[in-house]
Amino acid sequence: MAISLHNVHKRFGDFQAVDGVSLEVPEGSLSALLGPSGSGKSTLLRLIAGLEQPDQGEIVIGGDPALGIPPQRRGIGFVFQHYAAFKHMTVRSNVAFGLTVRRRPKAEIRERVDELLGIVGLSGYADRYPAQLSGGQRQRMALARALAVKPRVLLLDEPFGALDANVRAELRTWLRGLHDDLGVTTLIVTHDQEEAMEVADQVVILRSGRVEQAGAPSEVYKRPANDWVMGFLGPVSRIGESLVRPHEVSLSLEPEGDAVESMVSRVVHLGSQVRVELELAGGGGAHAQLTPAQADELELERGDIVYLKHAPAAVAVSA
Amino acid sequence: MTVTRPARFGLRAAALGYLALLLLLPVGLVFEKTFSQGLSSVWASLTTPSAVSALWLTLEITVIAVVANTIFGVICALALVRGRGRGRWLLDVAIEIPFVISPVIVGLSLILVYGTTGWFGKWLVGHGVSVIFNPLGMILATVFVSLPFVVREVAPVLREIGTEQEQAAATLGASRLQTFMRITLPSIRWGLAYGVVLTTARALGEFGAVLIVSGSIAGRTQTLPLLVDTRFYAFNSAGAYTSGALLAAISICVLLIMTMTAPSKRRI
Repeated sequence: MAISLHNVHKRFGDFQAVDGVSLEVPEGSLSALLGPSGSGKSTLLRLIAGLEQPDQGEIVIGGDPALGIPPQRRGIGFVFQHYAAFKHMTVRSNVAFGLTVRRRPKAEIRERVDELLGIVGLSGYADRYPAQLSGGQRQRMALARALAVKPRVLLLDEPFGALDANVRAELRTWLRGLHDDLGVTTLIVTHDQEEAMEVADQVVILRSGRVEQAGAPSEVYKRPANDWVMGFLGPVSRIGESLVRPHEVSLSLEPEGDAVESMVSRVVHLGSQVRVELELAGGGGAHAQLTPAQADELELERGDIVYLKHAPAAVAVSA
Repeated sequence: MTVTRPARFGLRAAALGYLALLLLLPVGLVFEKTFSQGLSSVWASLTTPSAVSALWLTLEITVIAVVANTIFGVICALALVRGRGRGRWLLDVAIEIPFVISPVIVGLSLILVYGTTGWFGKWLVGHGVSVIFNPLGMILATVFVSLPFVVREVAPVLREIGTEQEQAAATLGASRLQTFMRITLPSIRWGLAYGVVLTTARALGEFGAVLIVSGSIAGRTQTLPLLVDTRFYAFNSAGAYTSGALLAAISICVLLIMTMTAPSKRRI
């Protein structure tokens, strides 16, 4: 089901957490709410779930106004950053919880739980307790638990935030596959732009409780609405009046055209790429990302003078 | 912290020695004094009409006080930890009052309120309810002095488990009551059990407040601790030890039941 928000506000004391947000999550999509901490993305998710009440605005889930409807009856599945596993229950009872409280027949519950444990790859773990699972397994259990009641929308609050980097990358790919199989409208909150770009069809970028930009990942990356969005989505350097990505600049040893004179302050070898940190003649710093071959050709060392300019493919935003 | 073997042995010996000297030895001597009289005189001493009445009254008051303070304690802990009201600090302080006020003063204050000349007592007596020198007053006194235990054991556990599991239950469709019964209560059960044990122990052994409000009338308003006191000052020290040993045995049983059931099920 589609989710749509219209002019939603939420204040906690003196802090305006959500400040007039309107957005559309298309049916069957996987959308990401992306922003730094304090940008209001988790609050927005909790407002959609009914765990918080907005001060103003409209929230519509699948065509039905959600305001005034408690979380129990919104038809949502919610996954928390720290799993919120029911520690005193087995994995089976955890996944069955939503069906148990709805008093479904035992046989039906058993069948549905077995099916879901299969989907999330925890078939052999039904009788374990959450404490006996790894973080990644707990989160998959939480996802199965949320899916058990066949939610209309799935809301994930930094679901991989508490996991190791490699498990996070693995689960992200797995989640995308799961979404493609099940087709449940999903909204994921993350502060990790790479995660949002990789997993989502639509990225909604938030800052200080407002939507800065919304669109497909390639769209927001290629055509950021402003400097802040551009800087948030990846490293940038400022050359003169423009912001450029470090991999979209070129360095040369001879002055040419509008290239900016700069001095190499550090050369960092990062395996597949080389990062050259520069001090610009007009003040300020920048860095350039080169391939090892380019770096070898230039033979740069600390203190060398180079000339920096946009590469032809560079994306520039004038400030 | 790593500790060498001899040091570990020394620590253990010191801890056990301290416990033995201060706890086990005195309590053990009470049992020794009791059973050195021979079993038949122990039985005779336990089955006098006033002893039987004291045992039942003690158990009755304890059960009522424990049930009342368990229910109130959980509600109060929820209000303290989950509540959003501004008066919470007042509640927090008020709950400590039974800990800081001497039980004797609790007894006296109950007389001021519920005594025949007390400001609420006059009205109650007019309606045929006597509190002072009656079991009702003893129950009130016991509830008062054993009030903080459940709250103080449950509140930190509630704080520690947080609200995420409860919120998760709500998003999965559980009503407030279902969430409380299936999530909150099982999560706090060990803290609650320990609070109940402490409340029981305190209620069983309460002396000062109960002494003042009961008048210690044999066969009517005398609990086991009051009976021990009466017998002791009547130079019936054998009888005092016997009743004392019974009281200690009940408390130790409660503690043993708790410790034997808890760890086997503890998975958190």
